Amino acid sequence: MKLSGAAIIIETLLEQGVDTVFGYPGGAVLNLYDELYKAKDRITHITTCHEQGATHAADAYARVSGKTGVVFATSGPGATNLTTGIASAFLDSTPMVAITGNVATTLIGLDSFQEVDICGITMPITKHNYIVKDVRKLADTIREAFFIANSGRPGPVLIDVPKDVQIAKTEFTPAPKVAVKKQATPSINLAEAVELISSAQRPYIYAGGGVVISDASEELAIFADKIDAPIGTSMMGLSSVRSDNPRFLGMSGMHGKYAATKLMYESDLIIAIGTRFSDRATGNKKEFSNGKKVLHIDIDPAEIGKNIPAYVALIGDVKTVLAELNAVLSKAERKDWAIRVEEIKTCPDSRLEMDPYNLNAETVIKAVNKYAGDAVIATDVGQHQMWTAMYYNFKKPRTFVTSGGLGTMGFGLGAAIGSAVGSRNRTVLFTSDGSFHMNMNEMATAVSFHLPILIVVLNNNALGMVRQWQTLFYGCRYSNTTLNRKTDYVKLAEAFGMKAERLDDFSKLDETIQRGLAHDGPYLIEAVIDSDDKVLPMIPPNGTINDIILKG
Amino acid sequence: MKEENKIILSMLVKNESGVLTRISGLFARRGYNIDSLSVGETDNPQISRMTVMATGDDYIKEQILRQLEKLHDVVIVEALDHSHIVTRELLLIKVNVAQGARSELLEAVSIFRAKVVDLTPTSLTVEITGERSKCEAFIEYLRPFGIAELCRTGITAISRGSGILTPNE
Repeated sequence: MKLSGAAIIIETLLEQGVDTVFGYPGGAVLNLYDELYKAKDRITHITTCHEQGATHAADAYARVSGKTGVVFATSGPGATNLTTGIASAFLDSTPMVAITGNVATTLIGLDSFQEVDICGITMPITKHNYIVKDVRKLADTIREAFFIANSGRPGPVLIDVPKDVQIAKTEFTPAPKVAVKKQATPSINLAEAVELISSAQRPYIYAGGGVVISDASEELAIFADKIDAPIGTSMMGLSSVRSDNPRFLGMSGMHGKYAATKLMYESDLIIAIGTRFSDRATGNKKEFSNGKKVLHIDIDPAEIGKNIPAYVALIGDVKTVLAELNAVLSKAERKDWAIRVEEIKTCPDSRLEMDPYNLNAETVIKAVNKYAGDAVIATDVGQHQMWTAMYYNFKKPRTFVTSGGLGTMGFGLGAAIGSAVGSRNRTVLFTSDGSFHMNMNEMATAVSFHLPILIVVLNNNALGMVRQWQTLFYGCRYSNTTLNRKTDYVKLAEAFGMKAERLDDFSKLDETIQRGLAHDGPYLIEAVIDSDDKVLPMIPPNGTINDIILKG
Repeated sequence: MKEENKIILSMLVKNESGVLTRISGLFARRGYNIDSLSVGETDNPQISRMTVMATGDDYIKEQILRQLEKLHDVVIVEALDHSHIVTRELLLIKVNVAQGARSELLEAVSIFRAKVVDLTPTSLTVEITGERSKCEAFIEYLRPFGIAELCRTGITAISRGSGILTPNE
């Protein structure tokens, strides 16, 4: 059967099980969108307002569903608008396939209209990328791209398809999707790891995003019970442990929970699972691993020893490795350590809170927590993101969508759209006046597709996180962080066709949140909070637990 | 103190456009310096062999290897053991020299086992092949004569013995 390149793209996507794509049409993808039109009963296309929103949506879609996120964009500016979204997906290891159109092969290299070398641009932020200049190679390239995006440590792959390649016809032979094999661990390393765990007095489990990605939550909980150890997580690792699990300490690191960070320092063995020891998580690297050993479990061999030296490393799919460990470990009890863990968990420094009778990030987030059931939580980047990480109780994996590695302000609304589509569930977006202004145009998308998204804008009238650093480290010189914008969020949302209200009275908190959550379709709540509220505790950059700031 | 060493990497890569950019880009963005790089097609036209010399301690060596292994276009990469390899570099050097001063130069060419590849009344162009240290010694010898132009290929290397660099299955 002879098909055009554009039709081959659609057919191979269907082969890979794709039923939803995000994107934005344009001149160099007219043929692709024409085929999409014919396939509209088989593939849903979510048209965003801007290509960046589409990539964040595809990224979040993948994070909540475990499937591959797919995004389309046209050549030139369409393609360059994808870059922040691709980089976000790359840093957080999300499987994504981006397909861009380009000018015809005869026009490439001539600075033609809307021509850009998107492969050159995205080389450092993709696992791999392709420009397909021969239609006969198109189907296999797309199949390979899906395989690469999902194999080993997942990540984004970009395929650039010039317009004439979309038009050209060739014989198309269907092929089944190739499954990605899980890597097992060599038994010698497994024995070393078991020995290391058995000899530890104070083991501490540090779970990262890899636990979420490999769906290893159950194995992790069993592992923690077996070795009688507490669990702290990186930000990306949140949702991998049910927050009502008594072993769960919360997020550790720069803005971690006191107990999670303190006990990490007191441990003699850190069992790091699916995490890369980001500088935000470790602080001072030398002090961090001082006097303790590290057992590092990760699928990416390049992460072993990159940031923190590993005493023993187990390389492989986290779920598989944990299952293997669970099978050979015998149940241990570490009473002294358990007593110490309880002591720290219940000490006054672990129980810091904001005023419970006032409108602030903690009361707002906890109110959402109370009524939102198993909704997916998305965030933008900054103080509100840290507060969400600290105060929200995640109940099941893949319910926290946030830009961890790249820290992309403007990630949230696009991500909430992808999350609502991918989870077929309500999504609550916690954002702030700073981040929300970056990509608020996507309100139109949420309205057009009638998505169940509750947007909570924690408005502190400032770029809060930068302001916090200016307060603590720059002598309160608030350079360009006091926003004083005159934006009327309620009118703005209404202009986009979205219901909205302003919350500035603590006594109305619960009812407002309930109204927002019960609403059929997107809803915005502007919650007014104080400019000077801080994210605490905080360990200053390159600091240790001894430098922790507990009170503002 | 970590010891800074010369790292010699040998790799088989896919012979496709953009591969060189991908590899050199990885070195650049992770902050590793490439001292020299040479690349050419192998007996299999779909595969090129690349030899990269870089500087760094064991940590950097491990990281470069692991990061290169992640590139889809890298079929296999190996750090060569300095005590068990043959390395070669080729140099072309042009020296502007009057006819009268030639004899001393020609003597050096013969001692270094180099080869004169071009001769004019005012210039002499020499080709020399050998280990990096030999090439450098030759350059130093010629420097007082006034080197007009110099180009070097960068080292290429192969392990001694019967071991071969083959793709992992």
